[in-house]
Amino acid sequence: MNALAQAAPREGFESPGVEIFSLPCLAEGDVLGIHFCVDRGVIYMYLAAAIVIGLFVAAAARPGLVPRGVRNLVETTVDFVREQIAVQVIGPEGQGWVPLLTAMFSFILVGNLFGVIPGIQFPVNSRMAIPAFLAVLVWVLFLYAGVRSQGLKYFTGVLFPPGVPKVMYLLLTPIELVSTFILRPFTLAVRLLGNMMAGHLLLSVFFLGTAYMLGNPISIPFAVPAFVLSIGLVAFEILVAVLQAYIFTILTAVYIAGAVHPEH
Amino acid sequence: MGHVVSLVAEVSGELNILARGLAYGLAAIGPGIGIGLVVGRAIEAMARQPEAAGMVRTTMFLGIAFTEALALIGFVLAFIL
Repeated sequence: MNALAQAAPREGFESPGVEIFSLPCLAEGDVLGIHFCVDRGVIYMYLAAAIVIGLFVAAAARPGLVPRGVRNLVETTVDFVREQIAVQVIGPEGQGWVPLLTAMFSFILVGNLFGVIPGIQFPVNSRMAIPAFLAVLVWVLFLYAGVRSQGLKYFTGVLFPPGVPKVMYLLLTPIELVSTFILRPFTLAVRLLGNMMAGHLLLSVFFLGTAYMLGNPISIPFAVPAFVLSIGLVAFEILVAVLQAYIFTILTAVYIAGAVHPEH
Repeated sequence: MGHVVSLVAEVSGELNILARGLAYGLAAIGPGIGIGLVVGRAIEAMARQPEAAGMVRTTMFLGIAFTEALALIGFVLAFIL
């Protein structure tokens, strides 16, 4: 028997893979032939939505000239989205999009931060369903914004940008078609998913690796720097969570701005 | 014969792991250079014209987001392979 051909179980540290994203079902059942599985991730999704709704309702319930407590947080968020994202990218018309962009930003931010909150530690956006849904929502919205402001001329404006030699349309139209209507929602979803998935895997590998190295007297000296780095990575993940919420929202604003203002 | 088959399976399994690593590693080269260029130029622009820093920062994040997408597709591909 060849030693190479022998399917010996791998010894030592078993690094976590994508299986950490498929959690056991807490409740499952078939509705209209579709299988539904409610696991921790689904509950956290509703929890994230409930936290966002709760914060905003609590802030709105206590009006007053001087904001206090939770109202400060909410006002800062709304102001940030309005000044830094909506008005800056879309322009004065951006005011109307502030509620949508704020809701989107807050939900993604809370969902991402669940990845580092002790006891939860599962980023809601690390499974494709939610980023994909948000990306499809953005896709529908920017098409709606384009059709509302320009009518069907929006599509011809995107596919046949004015001021280009006629021959170039042979090359330009397929590229615009694919990049605007197919790649935009795809990259939007994959960017959020990829970042949160990578972050969750990174933290899992580092903390499980630290725990494994602590189990052997020889490797304990190596566990100390690994643990210190793990803590640094948690801080990095908080940065990534905020940055990805910001990037998702600002890209939404850019797509809406591109649909509202025709290219000259 | 079964011996050869299991050997081939073993080797292709090892090659699959290699392919995953290469897929992500190669996909990270371009975006790495790209993000460096984007951020470098953005810092240059902010240093030359601090009053335009807000606008430059927004555009910089956009540029990073577009550049980074390629690396992330490579990262997801490494798991699909």
